[in-house]
Amino acid sequence: EIKNKQRRHFMFLRWKQQQRKEKLALKKKRRKEREALGDKAPPKAVPKTIENQRVYDETTVDPNDEEVAFDEATDEFAPYFNRQTVPKILITTSDRPRGRTVRFCEQLATVIPNSHVYYRRGLALKRIIPQCIARDFTDLIVINEDRKIPNGLVLSHLPDGPTAHFRMSSVRLRKEIKRKGKEPTEHVPEVILNNFTTRLGHSIGRMFAALFPHDPQFIGRQVATFHNQRDYIFFRFHRYIFKSEKKVGIQELGPRFTLKLRSLQKGTFDSKFGEYEWIHKRREMDTSRRKFHL
Amino acid sequence: SPQVVWSMLGNRQFCSYKMTTKTQNFCRNEYNLTGLCNRSSCPLANSQYATVREEKGRCYLYMKTIERAAFPRRLWERVLLSKNYEKALEEIDENLIYWPRFIRHKCKQRFTKITQYLIRIRKLTLKRQRKLVPLRRKIERRENRREEKALIAAQLDNAIEKELLERLKQDTYGDIYNFPIHAFDKALQQQDAESESESDAEREEDDDDEDVDKREFVEAEDSELSDFEDMDKLETSSEEEEEVEEEASHSKSKGKTPLKGPARRKRPYIEIEYEEETEPGTKTKAA
Repeated sequence: EIKNKQRRHFMFLRWKQQQRKEKLALKKKRRKEREALGDKAPPKAVPKTIENQRVYDETTVDPNDEEVAFDEATDEFAPYFNRQTVPKILITTSDRPRGRTVRFCEQLATVIPNSHVYYRRGLALKRIIPQCIARDFTDLIVINEDRKIPNGLVLSHLPDGPTAHFRMSSVRLRKEIKRKGKEPTEHVPEVILNNFTTRLGHSIGRMFAALFPHDPQFIGRQVATFHNQRDYIFFRFHRYIFKSEKKVGIQELGPRFTLKLRSLQKGTFDSKFGEYEWIHKRREMDTSRRKFHL
Repeated sequence: SPQVVWSMLGNRQFCSYKMTTKTQNFCRNEYNLTGLCNRSSCPLANSQYATVREEKGRCYLYMKTIERAAFPRRLWERVLLSKNYEKALEEIDENLIYWPRFIRHKCKQRFTKITQYLIRIRKLTLKRQRKLVPLRRKIERRENRREEKALIAAQLDNAIEKELLERLKQDTYGDIYNFPIHAFDKALQQQDAESESESDAEREEDDDDEDVDKREFVEAEDSELSDFEDMDKLETSSEEEEEVEEEASHSKSKGKTPLKGPARRKRPYIEIEYEEETEPGTKTKAA
């Protein structure tokens, strides 16, 4: 009702201060009551977070599930987990990679042991794949580039394994990371996979685990982490040191990036005739803020 | 007459098809044979003119004669040329017999160039083509925002440190790190496990080694796949069923609901202190 903007603004500020004071007073009162009650006080209310309110996903893996265990013993990663195959990774890019992508590929190759970078000069993926299988590669990583920055990742397990297509964002090269350590050494790192709860998450997690050799060298003290939070997978590479029995210090080295799963195909990379296990359908899957699929 | 047209449009006055640059003049007329603005290549200033144009992959020869100059609708006569390169050249020669040399030559040159670029198009469509997918700004912004919030909620450093400490406790690192307090705690845990449960002592010892891992398996919804790594190191799949039973019974006997890992591990430590003192008391009360 006050027509003058300055005065109106002033009154609003005054009202806001008033509200804040009242809120503070209420808080204090409640705290006093709680202390007064002592042991009989009602337990503290747990604040709602998105993780708390997450819509229950029926494909969540129960640790005791035998069906899941059986599936996983017989799927495409079984030879890896039974230690029959050693991972050998081929990293490549889309056509004509620019500087950032090239450097990212190199750094990724140092992080993942037993990996090779090959540049693509107009070769079709469908023709590369049989060659790779012939040369005993177990995994293929294609980094897609757009406007000089990498923005997509296709991870394909080779002898006709599943293919996952991710959207990659916030890629940080080694020199852009603050307080970083020295370069990663040749030791085989450990792998941490966090929060992969559903069946889909399980299969993706196994795909990531299959990239690294099975026996980590603890002398190297390096750890690669894939942390899933609200369908975003954060990749970090650290070096850790145990300062005491309850304290550990970590130092980030190596590149970091985040992935978001776009689709999972059953066979190797085939855009036309592939059988999709899962595609992200925006209209259906993005409707609820509390529903996640990984 | 054509000379008048040229002296007006070409040289002096304005021609809307003419484009001038520093070195050359171009003609934007679609029927122009060479693309330059000349006296001999202007379709407006020549009453007898011919061009080759392509439509949907087929080439046509267009001809204009003086007789039809009064009928704009029928002005350009169109002849379909054959797909065979040599035959098409012969057809051009047939149709343009007795025409000026310049126009015949330029028509054939143009036809050659057109066929070459058509071949190139067909070759390129067979190769892979880059598919451009448009980004939706609103969705991009939404996803970036959500990624930031997820990053904050993830608390990566804490999660990694927690996981590493758990692995240290599960003894996956073996003897590399020897912290004496750790060994003491393990011994206490074992003692605690023996005193609490009512099952056999033998089963208890077995359970301890496996149960330490199994606890990880049940509670840590966070790091289920680390279990696969650890399990692969320590056990084979054949033992899984036994362990499932043992673990189920063990959890029943302990009567604890699966809580978060650190919380559960905290409780035994505290309980050790209290229960050893009050155990006789509780037993007598029960009796």
